[in-house]
Amino acid sequence: MSDKRNIIIGVIIFILLMTIPIWLNLATGTSTERPELEKPKGDACVMDKEYMTSYHMDLLNEWREEVVRNGEREHIAPDGKKYDRSLTNTCLDCHPSKEKFCDQCHNYLGVKPYCWSCHIVPEEFK
Amino acid sequence: MSIDRRNFLKLAGLGTVGLAASPAIDLFASVKVPEVSKKSGKRWAMVIDLPKCHSEKDCTSCVDACHKTHNVPDFGNPKDEIKWIWKESFHGAFHDVGHEHLKEDILHGPSIVLCNHCDNPPCVKACPTQSTWKREEDGIVMMDWHRCIGCRYCVVACPYGARSFNWRDPRQAENMKDINLDYPTRMRGVVEKCTFCEELLAKGKLPSCVDACKAGALTFGDLNDSHSKVRELLENNFTIRRRPGLGTQPQIYYIV
Ligand code: HEC
Ligand code: HEC
Ligand code: HEC
Repeated sequence: MSDKRNIIIGVIIFILLMTIPIWLNLATGTSTERPELEKPKGDACVMDKEYMTSYHMDLLNEWREEVVRNGEREHIAPDGKKYDRSLTNTCLDCHPSKEKFCDQCHNYLGVKPYCWSCHIVPEEFK
Repeated sequence: MSIDRRNFLKLAGLGTVGLAASPAIDLFASVKVPEVSKKSGKRWAMVIDLPKCHSEKDCTSCVDACHKTHNVPDFGNPKDEIKWIWKESFHGAFHDVGHEHLKEDILHGPSIVLCNHCDNPPCVKACPTQSTWKREEDGIVMMDWHRCIGCRYCVVACPYGARSFNWRDPRQAENMKDINLDYPTRMRGVVEKCTFCEELLAKGKLPSCVDACKAGALTFGDLNDSHSKVRELLENNFTIRRRPGLGTQPQIYYIV
């Protein structure tokens, strides 16, 4: 018996094991593509799109701090438009479906913001 | 890199010039940065006219308006009760002020009570997370529900029973089916209380209880403004406050 054969079989098994996540994904139909998001209302978000995609949680923290602790309720967007710093009344005004917008990404990433225990999602009360 | 004596002296000299010039620099700074714009120098307070209040028999307008505006849950039992503004017996509210021969209607009528927005609030001292604090700009004793960890020290510290703890998920209450979409609810495990409607004041509106009172018994205004309605009422009527001996300096005044 030659060692060469065993080594090759070993390497193949190793590669298969290491790539299990990919096979599983293919088999169950989940993919690594970006989830489909509901089209927002309006022309622009309250900050640049790139900033919003990556840092909206920081912006929300800032809003919360400014409103509750400093009483500063006005946000000025890069395009000069003024917005009330409010999670329900502003974000969900242009992104009316939390389920079809926010949750799409969050579920996919396994993030579960606890904000909605208190902040109201209007579509859930209809 | 080492520093030789000559360079040391040069730097020291520069530092001295900097120090000498600093008043001038400050002068420029004060031109650029607007002076503490947020500090309005207000002191919000409320005057409650009890005889006027009693002129509307069995009225609950102020309580209803407040609790509707802020999504305050009603579980229908005293154990789970959450209250921002409510009716107390005169004895309950003023047991150290009154006596048994007081005017009949004052003694036996309800007293409207709410958070006193004390000048010296004991709840603030008790809070370990600064979830509750006194706003410097207008004296409101605020709540930051994002920071509340539900320890209930403030509930114990408040001598007026103005703070309620959410033992249950407030959204399960029957009256929350008719929710006000503009204001968040709270969740199980946090404390809540009246905020003098700071979210309405920010829009230039009056607190919702004041707005709802049919008898005109609730007057809200700025104590630091000598022409305000509250100042006028305080100057022309004899008023009392709840538990004055505690030194909390309540900012809700009662005409009896
Ligand atoms: C005036 C309407 C409007 C408001 C208000 C608004 N958005 Fe947006 N939002 C948009 C639009 C339009 C886009 C898409 C921008 C683009 O494609 O250039 C967008 C994009 C986004 C994105 C990026 C989506 C992606 O495809 O990566 C996120 C995240 C987001 N918004 C979150 C928020 C949050 C959080 C708030 C509240 C703080 C908010 N938005 C408020 C209109 C709005
Ligand atoms: C483009 C995808 C995407 C969209 C759309 C999106 N989010 Fe997020 N969200 C994320 C990511 C990524 C994180 C960060 C996860 C992390 O850092 O752990 C996040 C985190 C958050 C957090 C912080 C959660 C925490 O536990 O710290 C909040 C709050 C939040 N998002 C609110 C919203 C709201 C409100 C909307 C809809 C208006 C929204 N997001 C839409 C991708 C998205
Ligand atoms: C325990 C209940 C509770 C939770 C949980 C909570 N909030 Fe809030 N939040 C409130 C309340 C009450 C206000 C005060 C509303 C006001 O003064 O208008 C508020 C105000 C805010 C505001 C400013 C005003 C507004 O209407 O939106 C922002 C922004 C905000 N919260 C963001 C968040 C975010 C982001 C999360 C989750 C990471 C969160 N909050 C979780 C109760 C909560």
